[in-house]
Amino acid sequence: MAAPTPYNEMHAAEGGVRTHYQAFDKWLASTSTEWLSQKRAEADMLFHRVGITFAVYGEEAGSERLIPFDVVPRIIPADEWRKLAAGLKQRVRALNAFTEDIYHDQNILKAGHIPAEQVLKNSQYRPEMQGVDVPNGIYAHIAGVDIVRAGAGEFYVLEDNLRVPSGVSYMLEDRRMMMRLFPELFVHYPIAPVEHYPDLLLDNLRSVSPVGVNDPTVVVLTPGSYNSAYFEHAFLAQQMGVELVEGKDLFVNDGFVYMRTTRGPKRVDVIYRRIDDDFLDPLAFRADSMLGVPGLLSAYRAGHVTIANAIGTGVADDKSIYPYVPDMIRFYLSEEPLLNNVPTYMLRKEEDLKYTLAHLDELVVKEVHGAGGYGMLIGPSASKEQIAAFRERIIAEPAKYIAQPTLALSACPTFVESGIAPRHIDLRPFVLSGKEVTLVPGGLTRVALREGSLVVNSSQGGGTKDTWVLER
Amino acid sequence: MLSRTADHLYWMARYTERAENIARMLDVNYQMSLLPQGGDIMEQSWIATLSISDLMEAYQRKHDTVTPAKALAFMAFDRDNPSSIYSCLAAARENARAVRGTLTSEAWETLNSTWIDMRKAVTRYSLGAEIADFFEWVKYRSHLTRGVIQGTMLRDEAYHFTWLGTYLERADNTARILDVKYHLLLPRGEGAGGVVDYYQWSALLRSVSAFAIYRKVYRDLITPRRVAELLILTDDMPRSMRRCMSQVYMHLMAIANSQSAETERRAGEMHASLLFGRIDSILEVGLHEYLAEFLARVADLGERISQDFLVPSAIR
Repeated sequence: MAAPTPYNEMHAAEGGVRTHYQAFDKWLASTSTEWLSQKRAEADMLFHRVGITFAVYGEEAGSERLIPFDVVPRIIPADEWRKLAAGLKQRVRALNAFTEDIYHDQNILKAGHIPAEQVLKNSQYRPEMQGVDVPNGIYAHIAGVDIVRAGAGEFYVLEDNLRVPSGVSYMLEDRRMMMRLFPELFVHYPIAPVEHYPDLLLDNLRSVSPVGVNDPTVVVLTPGSYNSAYFEHAFLAQQMGVELVEGKDLFVNDGFVYMRTTRGPKRVDVIYRRIDDDFLDPLAFRADSMLGVPGLLSAYRAGHVTIANAIGTGVADDKSIYPYVPDMIRFYLSEEPLLNNVPTYMLRKEEDLKYTLAHLDELVVKEVHGAGGYGMLIGPSASKEQIAAFRERIIAEPAKYIAQPTLALSACPTFVESGIAPRHIDLRPFVLSGKEVTLVPGGLTRVALREGSLVVNSSQGGGTKDTWVLER
Repeated sequence: MLSRTADHLYWMARYTERAENIARMLDVNYQMSLLPQGGDIMEQSWIATLSISDLMEAYQRKHDTVTPAKALAFMAFDRDNPSSIYSCLAAARENARAVRGTLTSEAWETLNSTWIDMRKAVTRYSLGAEIADFFEWVKYRSHLTRGVIQGTMLRDEAYHFTWLGTYLERADNTARILDVKYHLLLPRGEGAGGVVDYYQWSALLRSVSAFAIYRKVYRDLITPRRVAELLILTDDMPRSMRRCMSQVYMHLMAIANSQSAETERRAGEMHASLLFGRIDSILEVGLHEYLAEFLARVADLGERISQDFLVPSAIR
């Protein structure tokens, strides 16, 4: 099967530059490769100095890496964004309704839309959350929905990240960097601002504080400075003006959560946690967790503290649940889905498994619980040996996998070794849910820097781009 | 503020100050080594420097003999030595990174850039004449760090914890520098006033940026007694023990909490004894004995500060 030419964000297939890229193209033509290289080096230097870096395990002590930043922005026209934003809000509303339903009446299971054992036997389902009421019925306060474009106006949701989605600091820092490096570009384009994201986030977190708390104390809970996303944790805490805490800074007493301060214990009302469920409370989940807070779950269940995102949201963003999201939208909202799901083969089903095994060289196969681009097979670019090895793994445990057709991800011009060349991209907008559902116009655009690669994850050689949503 | 945050700020400041003072101490050793004198004196001086920093054992585990080049490399660049300039700047930066949200971005970026450049410095500077430039660089980065903190940080608890760390460390370090040098120099004859002595004492004063101050204050010959007086009891000398303790006391009072009364009292007592002390009585007791007791009390104060503020006895 010959891969179709991917949609190019800047250049139309029939030739010529798309309208919304014309001013940029003109500007680009006026620059030289040397100058762009210089600008990119300047960006690297600034990112290092600001410390927007992550430590790499197993490398020499003190060495830190940057996530590569690309100087060519990804531009989204206003009308496309309007459709995207509406679809995203719709999707996240349904996912929150689904989570609340699962941990309460389970109407969607009773109605037979999703097989009950799919949900209740899922390792991401947390029985501890059954019957627990959370403020405003919101579970996924922050959602990072991964979107790809296949053709004109044709957007697909690849993944709903509802646990601890990261990357928003890069959305903000990439914008800051573009404004610093190329201020002249911002004169030509009506680019929607994203800088107020931390304000929205703080408002959102305060709006879901426990009942009866007037002036809630919000904290950001980080696993610590050795975590690869530590920069983001510190950045968000600073931008919101709240404390950045580690598990050892918190303790539970009489069912309430406190932080240890220089003037004694201070009560904490809302915890924006950047730690996985498993590590949150050694008394309830993994006993060997040094990152969590003993007794946190009991304080949470008593309604004395809000945890964002809620415990147990993984049941809604699991890859085995993903195929049902369109049904959720119809079931809870009585609306037709505005965004497409990628057709998905569930390998626990006999016929899907048969089809997949016969077409491994065309499909993308993913582990149901995998993340970060690990544990996946991209059929069209895999070797015979890789496919054979993966086949064994699938046959051994088919229920662990899903398969999807290989999408022709859109490509965006990117500044690489050979000059400006198209590279595949995706988009992760961040949707906030509290009293209402909001999102800033933009998101994190990730780019697969290797030619032909479809894997955009930073752990696998991906970079980032500034994302410009046009206001008109 | 979070106890852990206070702890990181306090240690960030202490390590920054320590790196500077090590650079000062090494610089004076290096300057003295350029003067005509016997190899044994040189060796003694390095042994004294390592001992006063409690590093002799660690040094001997790596090296058989004490030579200027080895000792210098050990104290400046050795990452296995937790008190080397390299390690101190790494620790200062790690502490800053853990609370980067509490620091202003300028403060954080200054500490981070220092560390980035320190990593390059290991290969950039040879141990020859250039090493003086390296010490100079360390001093200036330390000045810059303090200046940025002074110029950009909110005058809140975080600020006071930072300066508390700075001055407590400086009080400790000034006492150590004085102790090690005074004893090496004294046997050469009080008031002998030879050329070598003159350079030795002036090097010591320069190491704490006090040469010009001495001139201004005394307008007279350099004598060991006056040097001691200047570094211990002179209030307007910014690195003197008295000046440091007056700052320690002031910042401590600004962060006082319900369990810190005894710590405040001890800091106040130390300050008062410097405030009303006389150099003659100190020399009568013996300078070394006096400084040893002072260092013990500084250590005690450090431990008490940890207990009262940084590791609160909350339920766990």
